Amino acid sequence: MSIRVFVPLDTSAVSVGADLVAAAITTQARSAGRNVTVVRNGSRGMCWLEPLVEVETPSGRVAYGPVRAADVPGLFDAGFLEGRPHPLCHGPTEQMEYLRRQERLTFARVGVIDPVSIPEYEAQGGFRGLRAALSMSPADIVQAVTDSGLRGRGGAAFPTGIKWKTVLDTPADQKYVVCNADEGDSGTFSDRMLMEGDPLCLVEGMIIAGLATGATRGYIYLRSEYPVAQRVLETAMAAAERSGHLGGDILGSGREFRLEVRMGAGAYICGEETSLLESLEGKRGQVRFKPPLPAVRGLFARPTVINNVMSLASVPVILEKGAAFYRDFGLGRSRGTLPIQLTGNIRQGGLVEKAFGVTVRELLYDYGGGSATGRPIRAVQVGGPLGAYLPASQFDTVVDYEAFAAIGAMLGHGGFVVFDDTVDMAAMARYAMEFCAIESCGKCTPCRIGSTRGVEVMDRIMKSEDREGNLVLLQDLCDTMLNASLCALGGMTPFPVMSALKHFPEDFHRHRA
Amino acid sequence: MPDSASASVPEPDVVDSVIAQWHSRPGPLLPILHGIQAGIGYIPESAIARIAGALNISRAEVHGVISFYHDFRTAPPKKHVVRVCRAEACQSMGAVQLEAHVKSRLARSRDVEMEPVYCLGNCACAPAMMINDHVYGRMTAETFDVLMAEHKASAKGRRKKA
Repeated sequence: MSIRVFVPLDTSAVSVGADLVAAAITTQARSAGRNVTVVRNGSRGMCWLEPLVEVETPSGRVAYGPVRAADVPGLFDAGFLEGRPHPLCHGPTEQMEYLRRQERLTFARVGVIDPVSIPEYEAQGGFRGLRAALSMSPADIVQAVTDSGLRGRGGAAFPTGIKWKTVLDTPADQKYVVCNADEGDSGTFSDRMLMEGDPLCLVEGMIIAGLATGATRGYIYLRSEYPVAQRVLETAMAAAERSGHLGGDILGSGREFRLEVRMGAGAYICGEETSLLESLEGKRGQVRFKPPLPAVRGLFARPTVINNVMSLASVPVILEKGAAFYRDFGLGRSRGTLPIQLTGNIRQGGLVEKAFGVTVRELLYDYGGGSATGRPIRAVQVGGPLGAYLPASQFDTVVDYEAFAAIGAMLGHGGFVVFDDTVDMAAMARYAMEFCAIESCGKCTPCRIGSTRGVEVMDRIMKSEDREGNLVLLQDLCDTMLNASLCALGGMTPFPVMSALKHFPEDFHRHRA
Repeated sequence: MPDSASASVPEPDVVDSVIAQWHSRPGPLLPILHGIQAGIGYIPESAIARIAGALNISRAEVHGVISFYHDFRTAPPKKHVVRVCRAEACQSMGAVQLEAHVKSRLARSRDVEMEPVYCLGNCACAPAMMINDHVYGRMTAETFDVLMAEHKASAKGRRKKA
């Protein structure tokens, strides 16, 4: 009988040699006369161990990593096909500390199954949510999502059920479901990991959104930096069409939902929902004025559900296990789980899906194991390039939308970027302004002009030119951008800048001309 | 990607077939531009009027869209394109120094060009970069030198075979 060996096709794994490892395993098996099937799965999210290779044994899957192609002959010699010990062996995958202590609801199947196999997806609970939804009225589906407490995982944390209800209640000849897969925040990759590791979960979530709101067409707007995700998604969608889960007659119900992937073109601003809709329509990705909300007048001026990948991928489990099951995770008004991404200067970087309520410190040290360089962690930027920098004194903050808002920070898309004590926070503040200037859509003045002036002011501060006067000017500029910008890009760029200035003022005073 | 650009198909044919494939579908402009760039390597000036005519929009609108998005280019790329991630997570692991190294290595290169990129979604294996259409993680100056040489050698190998 053939032994199954799992080597991730995930971009991160491939970026550190997974394709070479897969090829080496196939070659080695052939020359050793062993019957091996290499399965290309998603990543388990333990990125520091990538490429993480798993062998299926009678007593479960055993993990080895990080494996280089050169390690493969030694692994065969050590008997890794029987799950035997080796310096790279971590024992049974499911028992590994990093995974065992997570609450994986959205990522339950990622890294476990062959991402494009309908039978494997169904064997692990896939399409149960869809079957449940097909037996419910649209209003009941919307109610279940509302009751689950799910809030937009893209960053804005708006209640998903309320958005859906608006679309359901707005009559139109055509409605749309649009998935925002333009994951541009530095320090985030959960959307990519899910789309590469369990694309059918997103597809199922979008079909359910369609059933709930009366939308029969969907688009996944995917950033062009994710070609692997595109390939895996399109393969999975074709399989779902063949199996009758997607298309003109969903599981014989007579209901319709058609889905298409559209690629972005390297504009960060297209992660903003109205600019994304403009881009899908074939225009420059410039932000629209709101109202009207996309739920009333969205894509091609029709009512549109527009949700992040994580929000939509959380829907199947809510329909499968019920709103109460999901709501029982978390605390306060932050219900369910958040897929957190530990990145940057961190020893054990990867994906940690936890119920809301875990502290920043636990994530950084218990999961992350401290900095990669071994130096003290000085700052963590949470929530992407528009998120605040947290100093060590704020590491006891719990992961909760309201707790983060209370300290002038935000969770955003759950990205944590870790910096050690060699970081220059004035340079990071300057970079925040520079990034805003590069990516501004140009529609509103505070963002378009303010960001460029911000870079200039930071340059003067870093050259010690009238430092006190320029710091006042910087504060003033940030106030204007915060209050007068059209969208979050200009409106939140002041968050990293002001948090750097507030918590690390010494860095703004040490530069010399 | 420059490596896969097929020089054998004449430009007008690529443009016409991509337009024919997309023009009756909703929101076709970005897919058309991607299709042309995938086929030719860039968006030639001559394509703009044809796209505008087919979609019944002005040439200024087509130009406006091309110039808005970082991905679209109006001149042929060099043989190899290197994109070093400049975003925060990669900066925390030395991307600024890596970028300086790459820049100095490529300063006089005639067949390699460098473009900035802001996040490749490989932030737990920082610093990251792309060489042609391959994403690489945990990069160092040394691994860049090795990988760049491999890409150049494999391009030469392909030319010999052809």
